[in-house]
Amino acid sequence: MTLLAESQLHETFELNLGPQHPATHGVLRVKLTMDGEYIVKAEPVLGYIHRMHEKMGENRTWAQFMANVGRMDYLSAMSFNHGYVALVERAMGIEVPERAEYLRVITVELNRIQSHLLWWGAFVLDLGGFSPLLYAFDDREQILDLLETVTGSRLTYSYFRFGGLYNDIDENFVDGTRAFLKRLRSRIPMYHDLVTYNIILMKRLIDVGPISAEMCRKYGATGPVLRGSGVDFDIRKNEPYSVYPEFDFDVPVYHECDCMARYMVRMDEMEQSMRIIEQALDKLPDGPVKAKKVPKLIKPPVGDYYHAVEAARGTFSIRVVSNKTNKPYRMKLRSPTFSNLSLFEEASEGMLLADALALMGSLDLVIPEIDR
Amino acid sequence: MDQAKIKRELAALAAEGMPEPEPVEETVEVEAVPEEQADAKPKKKGKEKAEPRLNGLIETPYDERGAHVDVQLNPDQVVRAAEILDSEGMTLEAVTGVDWLKEKQMEAVYDYTYTGGELFRVVIRARADRDQPDFPTISNVFGGANWHERETWDLLGINFTGHPQLERLLLPEDADFHPLRKDYKP
Repeated sequence: MTLLAESQLHETFELNLGPQHPATHGVLRVKLTMDGEYIVKAEPVLGYIHRMHEKMGENRTWAQFMANVGRMDYLSAMSFNHGYVALVERAMGIEVPERAEYLRVITVELNRIQSHLLWWGAFVLDLGGFSPLLYAFDDREQILDLLETVTGSRLTYSYFRFGGLYNDIDENFVDGTRAFLKRLRSRIPMYHDLVTYNIILMKRLIDVGPISAEMCRKYGATGPVLRGSGVDFDIRKNEPYSVYPEFDFDVPVYHECDCMARYMVRMDEMEQSMRIIEQALDKLPDGPVKAKKVPKLIKPPVGDYYHAVEAARGTFSIRVVSNKTNKPYRMKLRSPTFSNLSLFEEASEGMLLADALALMGSLDLVIPEIDR
Repeated sequence: MDQAKIKRELAALAAEGMPEPEPVEETVEVEAVPEEQADAKPKKKGKEKAEPRLNGLIETPYDERGAHVDVQLNPDQVVRAAEILDSEGMTLEAVTGVDWLKEKQMEAVYDYTYTGGELFRVVIRARADRDQPDFPTISNVFGGANWHERETWDLLGINFTGHPQLERLLLPEDADFHPLRKDYKP
């Protein structure tokens, strides 16, 4: 009998997770080689919603491509738009009015909070807790309503323009944002009480899914994944763009390298985003929201341009090659989750399947952004 | 991370590749023209960069370009460059390619950055013949290059020799085309 049991020990089998699975948050397939409940090899299979945004970039004018960028990551479309307009402004040397930059920061940070809120709800849902999702959606809905009043859309915004914004905000937006921040401030401690310090959640997350700082470096992982591994790196601080240097905020860093560290980084980031929005609303300067001298025809000088921003999931950067025509010659979109997911194969080796799902959830995957 | 050391070593590496009689890629060059001054030369059409660039290190203005150092190397030197940057603690952010149809060349571009505090972005680029775009893989140095190189092969057909798994990543398994090539017709 023992002989039989031993011979079965190393018998592996293939298991398909996805492409349609609640834990993969979209159409991601993971080809698992399992030894019982333990993972021998987990190979993510991508491309189920590949749309070839990079080729579309070569076939559209600079302004037309604006709508594509927001559609890559439907949860932090503002950050992606910000990266794109900042790139074109860098290439064309366009000065942006201060008020426009402040409003960009406010909307981007609101967008970041709603992205983290949705992640929080969905992540706890992955681990088996259903109710937090409803609380998260309740809060998130308010942000979407606020952003809808100024941008006209709820998820895939095209609010920014080269050199400014599409339109100015009104008093209702300012009051609504302040009211929302007050509300969220009272709710985050409740979330910590109900969820974070819940013993079941702690047992599922603490010391699970270690990702070392060295592994992050080798794979180019950024964002909360990197900061949960004890590396103090945030593009908003390390490579300042827009008006971020004018705000006083901290970069949350946790050194435990486990799922709990990444969880706490995101929870603290919401706090910091609220601080940024409050300061921006207090200091909001008057003035125009669109630069006066924006050329009608966008034709950046010949050469390469690069710009990186901190999206909700990490570094989003664009490299374009311009040949001084009205369309880019080549556009490379570097999305954060693509790199973050690439370390999953190495990180999940030897883990329990249930723990690997916690690890995958803690990477905060948005599939349209990986597949592009 | 020591910026001066990285610049010194990369410049030395680029100089090393220069006098070698290369089979196809870099022999056509006449003179070194930094990208920024390229416009000064009369050019036929605005389709490509005006002048071919010599191997070497250029310090680019960060505010205009978004990178501090731009190094052009021979394709067989990109692994050595990756090792230099790896030993200094730099991170590979992306690998990509550009199809220069008119010049009949394929360019691979590697973006490195530093996540330890200081702001320092390095671009490594190399060009190979378009009909045989072979570049050695750097996935042994940076594990993250694995997917980036697979994607670049998938979309552009740049062949990364020695890559452990050069298969379709984003396109379907049975695709027999590389859509980002400039002569691709759907």
